[in-house]
Formats: sequence, C-alpha cells, structure tokens
Amino acid sequence: MDRRKSLKSIILGGVAGGLVLHGCKPENLADSDEAVSKAAEVFFGRTPEEKELIDELNAEQFFNEHELATLKVLCDLILPADEKYRSASDSGVVPFIEFMAKDYPNFQTPLRGGLMWIDHESNKNFSLEFKSATLLQQKQILDTIAYPDITIADNQRPLGVQFFSLVRNLTLTGFYTSKIGIEELGYKGNTPNVWDGVPEEVLKQHGVAYEEEWLAKCVDQSKRNEVAKWDDKGNLLT
Amino acid sequence: MQIIESSTIYDVIIVGSGAGGGMATKILADAGLKIAVVEAGPFFDPADPEHQTQLKWPYESPRRGANTVRPFGDFDSAYGGWDIEGEPYTNGDGSNFRWFRSRMLGGRTNHWGRISLRFGPKDFKRKDQDGLGDNWPIGYEDVKPYYDKVDKLIGVFGTNEGLPNDPDGFFLPPPKPRLHELFYIKGARKSNIPVIPSRMSMLTKRINNERGICFYCGQCSRACSVYADFSAGTCLIFPAQKSGGQIDLFVNAMVREVTTNNEGKATGVSYINKEDRKEYKLKGKIVVLAASACSSARILLNSKSEQHPNGLGNSSDIVGKYLHDSTGGSRSAFIPDLMNRQMYNEDGVGGMHVYTPWWLDNKKLDFARGYHIEVWGGMGMPGYGFGFNHNDFNKYFGLKVGGYGNPLRDEIKKYYGSTVGFGGRGESIPQKNNRCEIDPTTVDEFGIPVLKFNYQWTEHEIKQVGHMHDTFEELIHNMGGEVLGGKPSRAEKNGIYAPGEIIHEVGTTRMGDDPKTSVVNQHQQLHDVNNVFIVDAGPFVSQADKNPTWTILALSWRTSDYIIEQLKMQNI
Repeated sequence: MDRRKSLKSIILGGVAGGLVLHGCKPENLADSDEAVSKAAEVFFGRTPEEKELIDELNAEQFFNEHELATLKVLCDLILPADEKYRSASDSGVVPFIEFMAKDYPNFQTPLRGGLMWIDHESNKNFSLEFKSATLLQQKQILDTIAYPDITIADNQRPLGVQFFSLVRNLTLTGFYTSKIGIEELGYKGNTPNVWDGVPEEVLKQHGVAYEEEWLAKCVDQSKRNEVAKWDDKGNLLT
Repeated sequence: MQIIESSTIYDVIIVGSGAGGGMATKILADAGLKIAVVEAGPFFDPADPEHQTQLKWPYESPRRGANTVRPFGDFDSAYGGWDIEGEPYTNGDGSNFRWFRSRMLGGRTNHWGRISLRFGPKDFKRKDQDGLGDNWPIGYEDVKPYYDKVDKLIGVFGTNEGLPNDPDGFFLPPPKPRLHELFYIKGARKSNIPVIPSRMSMLTKRINNERGICFYCGQCSRACSVYADFSAGTCLIFPAQKSGGQIDLFVNAMVREVTTNNEGKATGVSYINKEDRKEYKLKGKIVVLAASACSSARILLNSKSEQHPNGLGNSSDIVGKYLHDSTGGSRSAFIPDLMNRQMYNEDGVGGMHVYTPWWLDNKKLDFARGYHIEVWGGMGMPGYGFGFNHNDFNKYFGLKVGGYGNPLRDEIKKYYGSTVGFGGRGESIPQKNNRCEIDPTTVDEFGIPVLKFNYQWTEHEIKQVGHMHDTFEELIHNMGGEVLGGKPSRAEKNGIYAPGEIIHEVGTTRMGDDPKTSVVNQHQQLHDVNNVFIVDAGPFVSQADKNPTWTILALSWRTSDYIIEQLKMQNI
C-alpha cells in the first residue's frame, strides 16, 4: 500500500472541506509547529524520500482550531502542570498528536469523532463545549471514560473509553519522549559511557548478586584500550 | 532503450554489499583483484552526520521514532523493510512469506542484532542425527579455521565454555549482566536451563587502531558511528578501500541478471541504475552473488539464455527451493521485583548480555531441532509507544487501571524497567516445496520479474514454538513474574512468526556434492558454471538455531580463498 496516497485520499476525500486547513495554520500551533519542522531539518538519518514525506505531512493540517484547543485541555487534564511538574502541552504533545494523526491515518476518525463525542457529552450535561466547561464538569465526564473495565477486550469497550485511552496513550508517549518528559523520568542513557555492572546498592535493593566466576569472565574496563591478543587456544592475553 | 556497456573488465563483480559481499570484497580486493561491487541501495556510512541515527533523541523525530515508515522505527538504520514501494513480491495460496530487504551499502548488517554464533559440528550433519533434511557436504572442521579468522578480523565478545555444539572461539570479554539479566540467570537456574554470556560482534575491547571501542549506548541497530560494531561497510568494504583495494562501488544499481556467452560462462551482470532508470552492463571474469538468499535466486532465475533455459545454475531445478527461515516465538512478562528502579545508565551493548543456547535432547521431545533464547528488558530510552497502557500492571495489585492527572507520573516511574521479554529462535526443517520462484505475472518498477513465495511450516516448527512458550512461562514463574498475554493456541500455530519475519532466510541455492540435488558445490561455485559463486546464505543446507551471519562471513572468506587459488591455477 502506498501510504502517502491513502493518506491524501483520506484527507481530501473523507473529510469535509471546512476542516481541511492547508496553508492556514491555527495561531497557537505556529511555534510548536516550527519546532517540529526544525527537528525534521536537523539530520536524524533521513533518506531524501523520508524527508519529503515529513515535509508533506507538516504542510498539511488535520485538526482545526477548536479540536486543537480541546485536545490541549484533554492532554493537560491527563498531565497537568503544578508547582513541581510541567504540563503535557508544555512538552509539545498537541503538535505531536497532530503529526501522528497524519502519519498514521487510522487515528483520524477515532480522534476527530472522539472530540465531537466529548463535546456532545458536555453540551448534553452542561450546555457547554468540553473545553469551556469547568474543571469539575470536565472531570465528571472523564470519570465515566478514564477507567476501563479490563475484563472486556480493548475493542469491545465503549467508544468514550476507547477514545480516552487513545488520547492518554498518545499524551503519555508524547510527553515521555519529549525533552522535559525524559528529564522528569530520569532516564540516564543515550550518552557515551563505560558499562561496568549494576551498582551495589541496586543489587541489594532487588536482592540479587553477581557470581564471582561470572564476573571473572567479563571485561576489565581498565584494559579496554589494549589491543586484543590471544594464544592459539583462544585465551585472551591482553 | 540501449543498454550501456562499460569497457572495463573486472576480475570479479560482486553483487550485494552485506555480510557475504562485504567479506568477498575485502578478501578479493586485498589479494589485488580488480573488483566491482554492485549495491541496489545508496551509499551509507554511519560516521556521516547525515546518515547517523545513533545518539539521537526521540524528539528529534516528529513521530518520536514510530514505525510508520521504517518497520523497526525511525532510528533503525535499515533502509527498506518487508514492504518496499515499487518492489513487490507475491505469495501462493495459503502462503505468507515476508521478505525483508535492506537497500543500502552494508545491507542488513547495518541494523542486525550482532548475535554472532558459530554453527557447531552437529549443525552441519543434522540428517545423521534425526534423518530429516540433508547433511552439508562440509563439516565444522572445514569452517573452523575461517570462523577463527572472522573472530579475529571483526571482533566478537563471548566466552569459551567448552560446549559440544556451541564452539569456542577467539572472544573479546563480555560485558557484565544488567539487573534484569541477573533475574533471568537466577530464574533459568531453577529449571536447569543454562545461561552464558552472549556472543555478539561489538568491540568491548580494541582490536585495531582503525575501529573505535563500544561506548555502551545500546543502539547497535542504529549502526555505530565509531565502527565499534560489525557492519559490512564499516568493517570490510571501507578498510579494503583504505588499504588501496581496486574497488569500484556501484550504488543504487539493481542487478537484473548475470550475462553469459555462447559457452554458457558468465560474462558479467546487467543492472538498472535507479538514478537514471537505464540499463547498464558490467563485464567481469567472475561473478560473485551476495544479494541475499532470495535476491540471488531471483537473479539466477531471471538469467535465462539459450545455454541456461531454466535460469543460470538451475539445471537441477533446485534454485529457489529449500527456502527456510529460523522459527520465532516471543513472550513478555511483568516482574514485580523489578519495580521502583533507581535511575542509572544501563543501556549496555545493543541487545542482550546473556543468552541461553539450546540445551535439550530432541530424542526426548516431540519435535526436531532446537532453539536459543534471547532476553531483553531494562530502563531503555523512551520511544514511541512508551507509556501506552501505562498502569495495566495495576490489575495484579487489585488497583484501578486507567485514570488521569499527576498520579500517572508516579505510576510511570514505578513500572519503568519492570518488563522483560524472551525471544526463541529455532531451527526449522528445510522443505523442497518451501520456495521462491519467478512470478511471471508481476514486475517491479525496474521491469524485473518478481519473486513468488510458497512456504508452510511443518509440525516440527509449530511444536517447537509451543515448547518455547512453555519454557517462557516456566522462566517467568521462576522469576516471580506475571506472564503478559495468553499462550497462543494450537489453532494460532502456537504463535509461530510468519516465515521471513525472523530475517534468517537461507537455503535457496543450497550446496551439495550432487549437481542434481544442489545448486553449488562446497566452494559455493555453481555446478553448472564455474565462474559464478554465491556467498550469501543461499548455499546453506540447513539454518541452525544460530543466527546465520557469522557462517555467511566464514563461508564467504573460504570461497574467496578458493577463488584466489583457482585463479592462480588458471582454472577459471
């Protein structure tokens, strides 16, 4: 399947004209959008075709302003800012979801339809769109969809539950793959280092230990720079 | 359209630049021969900042590394995958072979797992033990000297354990196990399942002054910018070029066929230049096919002539037959004792630090051949998918699943690093009917007829994967863990991966002494044409429960030595 063609056919064929906003991006996305396209310009090993695809996706707009504003409210209910933490939207989750909706078109209908559904719920109960409802009212709606019955298969759960699970998943993955999310998580890797085993206190905490005979086989990191030499039997001499 | 011919006559034309082609390039160029390497994809060098994905952060990709474009995600270094636009393949009724191709200099060696296992003495003579399949015409003793040389040239860490079918070698010292691997060792011991340090081609110690040493980013699948892991470009082709080898590299050049003369001998290859979409011809005295098992079979089958009406080297009608991949089964687990991790960098090498070689006796089991177990886990770098169903494990504690608000942040941290997974990779029984052939109804965008696959697993493979799942469940129980997901049913063929998904496909041009039942002789030379050789995994008679790369490398070196010797003796 040519996913680019299918993507276009979904956007141009399946979506009402008023929602397709080619070339007129909502104001509040301008900054984060720039960050996204900048990231694509920074090399991360793209082939020319892959770069072109990213540019194409960035040139298109899927969500309209109201949808983006509602998404932001939802994402920030999932991960709100407080004195200790940054919010989901601070980390760029909304433009990430916008990108994914274009990159993986199967997300489009559940997300767009889910946003309309949640507005409908809010209008029905409070005569207000979801984004304009009070925090208490918003939470009242979330409380009905945020806790799935895990004895039921994912795709058999009510649509509101499925919608919120999708938004929560995308929010969490978007947040924890952002710079501020990785910092908050405390991930320490992705940097040159010399692995020399699990720290002693961690071994203790988890109730395991290294065996002496196993360690004896492992690399002596003080000699890693010496060129390897072996005897005829394969015993390392250096 | 006129075919453009080059006037240069190469000593050797090598088709493909992966493990087999890379090794042939190195050995033949070092011997002073004039070489053309013809690669279907672009040039690739992981030291080039424009090609690098190593040490990139997830947010440098707008999709955070999701696999919507590359099958293993944006940061994986393979250009290609199981589906490539413009390069289709087809399957016969009821067959679902999945064909992974990596179109780039170095091919699939750029992203592979670097698990570098020698075949053992039993692996070359399986028919002798269970009466199934066929023996190789060569044995471990024929390949051992080349395994030794490959170990020393390329570098592989591991340990000499004196195991009967997992031979010792010339190993660099292995890295220490990580926390989840200590749990694995402990769990496996309870069931008398052996665990040893893994054997992988990353430099935990310097082997020369040209290549860097591993700096433990855990990202070998992204290809190493300091050349501390093995890939064919960085460790074979570039060094051969640097030491003055006469190597002309043709990239974006998709070989269509091997050309032959009136005597039926090969005269070179024709290829499509992807940039101008025109057909070209190269002339050479010897053609070495290293395009991958299925691609080389396809080239042979498409090389029809008056002298070779059934395709080149195919008087036996065996080309494309006996296609087989490793079996695969996998499972994962939640290990409560791995919750609430302290944060430290445990990226380690890319992949496992410990593994389990096959340990049982098939005479006591209801399936033939074994499998090894790979293990993964730890506090890896977040990527797309991180945080999905973030607190599903709550159900094991009677807590509510789902929710919103800042308690989610604590749950994420609580469970980070508490999931482990197992992969079983096993040996299948080669079947003559499992095959690739030319599909006369379909063409790729270069006008080359494509492959059609027919492949069915047998009861042996399906039962073997069922055994993997029983083993995984036992291991998880021993580790105090909760098995994630149900055990695949017999109706689901015990969850065996589709053939081709493990990306160890071999056997399409198998070697043998009898030209009626094999395509190449033990020197990987076509029985039908003495100046065509195959150095990818096509000549494998059987794919052991080991990853094929180390054997491809050893056999390619052995064939290259034979070519040099035969040229000296003026036999070719």
